[in-house]
Amino acid sequence: MSLDIFILVLLVLAALWTVMTRSLLRSAIGLALTSAILTIVMFRMGAPLAGVFELSVCAGLIPVLFISVISLTQPLTYKEIVEHMKVRLKRFWALPLIVIILGIAFVFVNAKFKVNAPLAANQIDARSLLWHLRQFDLLGQIIILFSGVFGVVVLFKERKKSG
Amino acid sequence: MVSAISVVLLFVIGIYCILATHNLIRVLIGLEILIKAVTLLLITAGFIDLNMALAQGLVITIIVIEVVIMTVAAGVVLGIHRHYNSLDVRNIRKLKG
Amino acid sequence: MSALLILVPFFSVLILNLPLKGIRRLAFGTAIVLSLLQMASVFIPDSILWKAAQGAFGGIFNFELQGADILSKVVLFCIGMASFSALFVTRGILKDSEDKFNFINIILLAIAGMNGVALARDIFSLYIFLEITAVSSFILIAFNKDVLGLEGAFKYILLSGVATVLMIAGIALLILAAGSTNFALIHYALANHNKDLLISLAIGLFIVALFIKSGLMPFHGWVPDAYASAPAPASVILAGIITKVAGVYVLIRILVSVVGFSPQIRSILLFAGALSAILGAIAALTQSDFKRMLSYSSISQVGYIILGVGSGSILGVAGAALHIFNHAAFKSLLFVNSAAVESQLGSRDMDKMGGLAKQMPITGWTSVIGSLSCAGIPPLAGFWSKLIIVIALWLAGYKTYAVIAVLGSVLTLAYFLSLQRRVFFGKLNEEFKNIKEAGFNLTFPAVMLAALIVVLGILTPFILSKFILSFSSVLGG
Repeated sequence: MSLDIFILVLLVLAALWTVMTRSLLRSAIGLALTSAILTIVMFRMGAPLAGVFELSVCAGLIPVLFISVISLTQPLTYKEIVEHMKVRLKRFWALPLIVIILGIAFVFVNAKFKVNAPLAANQIDARSLLWHLRQFDLLGQIIILFSGVFGVVVLFKERKKSG
Repeated sequence: MVSAISVVLLFVIGIYCILATHNLIRVLIGLEILIKAVTLLLITAGFIDLNMALAQGLVITIIVIEVVIMTVAAGVVLGIHRHYNSLDVRNIRKLKG
Repeated sequence: MSALLILVPFFSVLILNLPLKGIRRLAFGTAIVLSLLQMASVFIPDSILWKAAQGAFGGIFNFELQGADILSKVVLFCIGMASFSALFVTRGILKDSEDKFNFINIILLAIAGMNGVALARDIFSLYIFLEITAVSSFILIAFNKDVLGLEGAFKYILLSGVATVLMIAGIALLILAAGSTNFALIHYALANHNKDLLISLAIGLFIVALFIKSGLMPFHGWVPDAYASAPAPASVILAGIITKVAGVYVLIRILVSVVGFSPQIRSILLFAGALSAILGAIAALTQSDFKRMLSYSSISQVGYIILGVGSGSILGVAGAALHIFNHAAFKSLLFVNSAAVESQLGSRDMDKMGGLAKQMPITGWTSVIGSLSCAGIPPLAGFWSKLIIVIALWLAGYKTYAVIAVLGSVLTLAYFLSLQRRVFFGKLNEEFKNIKEAGFNLTFPAVMLAALIVVLGILTPFILSKFILSFSSVLGG
C-alpha cells in the first residue's frame, strides 16, 4: 500500500517538474516521464492493457511529436533564453505551494461518496469488450484517425505559394 | 482513495500550467497533463467498481483521440510559428474575442 | 440501418481517396447526394429505416443503435441542410482543386461524426463522435493557414480540450455512480439516488463542459474568433450546425435521457440562457465586422435555445428543437450571404459597405429573409420557435425570463436592422460601384434556404401540434 502512495507522489512530482522546468525540451521529456509513472500506476491497479497503450503512445509518440515541433521551431536567441528564465520563476513559484497545501488538505478530507455496486461481476476482458461490445466506438476511433490524417495533410504541408 | 488526491493535484497542475505559461507548446503540455489526470480518474473508477474492462476500453479510446488532437494542435502551432517566427502565446491575442 | 448514416460518409471518404483516375472529381457530387439523402431519410417512416439495428451487415458489425427519436431526427435534418449549403460555398470560395477535395473530405468526416452524436445512445460513444466533430472543425477553421484562422483554431482547440477533459471526468464519475455508460442504464441508476454529491459533481462537470462547447456565456470566448476567422464555408457549417450538435443537442440529450430536470439545473440553464441571449445581442450591436456580428448573434440565439430547454416542459424542449432547426436555417443563410459579399467585395467591414442590394439583389433579399426570421417576425419560421419558447417560459411560471426573451427579440431586430442598413440598403459606396452578384454557388444555397424558411413559416402552424406531441416520448423516456 505504501508503495502505491509513493508512486502516486512520484507522479505528482514528475508533473510538477514538467511544468516548472525551464527548457521546453526538458518539459517534453518530463511529459514522457510522467506518462511512464502513470503506466506503473496503471499496472499496479490492474489495467495492463491500458498501461501498455499509455506507455507506447503518451510516453513515446506524443513526446516525439512535441520534440520534433520544438526542434522545428528553435527561435529564441541565447540572450532571450536567459531573459526568459529569469522571469519564469516569478510566474510559477506559486504552483508547488498550492500543490503541497492542497495535498495535505485532501489527506484530511473524508468525503463520503456513495458508489453504486457494479452492475454484474462479468469478468470480460478489455479486448473482447472493445471488439465485441463496443464496435461503434471502434468505428469512431477509425474515423477520428482518418480525420487526423487529413489534418496532417492540410496543416503540415508547406504552401507552394507564399501567404 | 489516494489516487483521487493525485487526480485533483494533477488537474490543478495542468490548469496552472495552461494559465501561467507564455509558450504555445507548454499550453499543449498542460492540456496533456489534464488528460492524464482524467485518465487516472477513469482507471480509479474502474478499480473501485471492479470493472477494469470498461475502464481500460475507455482509456485506450481516449488515448487514440488524444493523439489525434495533439497532432492537429501541433500542426496549428507550427502554422502560427511560420507566421510570427515565435512561440509566444501573447502573439495570438490579436483577436479581441 | 441507421448506422448507414455514419458508415456511408465514412466509406465515401475511403473510396474517394483510392488511387483511381478521375475519382476525385466525384467528391462534390457524392457529398451533395449524401446530404440530400440525409435530409430525405428523416422522413422515411419508422419501421423501415429506424428500427433498432441489431446485427446489421451480417454479423460483422454489431452496433447498438436504437431508433432515432424526433429530437435526433431534427438534428439529422439540420446536419444535411447545413452541409448542403456549406458544400456549395466550398465550391464557390476555394479555388484550388486539391484544397476543395480535402475540404469536402473533411466535411464528410464531420458529417459522420455529427450523425454519430445524434444517434448515440451510450455516453461514451457520444463522446467519441463529439471528438470526431471537434477535430474536423479544428482542421476546417485552420484550413487556410492564415494568421487569424490559426489563432481562432488554437483558442478553440484549447477550450474544446478543457471541455473534453471535464466531460471525461463527468463520465468517469457517472461510471462510478451507475456502473455503465449506456443512457438507459444510467438513467435508471440515477433515478434512485438523486441527491448524491458524486452525481451532482458529475452533472456539474457535464454542464460546464457543454456550456463551453455551445458557446454560452460566460464560456463564449472562442466563438467570435473561431467563426469569424474561419474560411467562409467552414463558418457556414460551424455556425449552422456543428456548434449546435456538439453543444446544445448533447446538453438536451443528456438532460432529457439521462439526468432529468431538477430545479437547480433549470435555474442554471435559464440564467445562462438569458445572459447569453441579452449580452450576445448587445455585443452584436457594436460589431463592424459582418461575420463577427453573426457570431455574437449565434451566441444570443443559442441562449434562446437554452432558455427553451430550461423551462423544463415538453413545450419548451419542442420550442428549443424547433429553434435549433430555424437557427441552422437562417444562420447558414446569413453566413452564405456573408461569403458572397466577402468574395465579391474582398472585405467584411460593414462600415465600408452600403446599398449593395442594388448590385447583389439575390444576396440582399435572401439576407432580409434570414434576418427577419432570426428576429422572429411572422410569418417566417423563426417567429414560431421564439413564440413557443416564450409561451413555454410563461406557462412554466418563469414570467421574468419570458419578458427577457421578448426583450432579446427586440435587440435582435435592432442589430439586424443595423446590419441591413449598413450593408444592403443606404448609400452605395463609390468604391464598390461595379460589384456584381456572386456566382451560382453562392446564391443557389441562399435561395434554397430562404425558400425553406418561408415555406416552413407558413406550414408550421399546421404541423405544430403533431410536432410538439412527439416530444412527449423524448421527455418521458
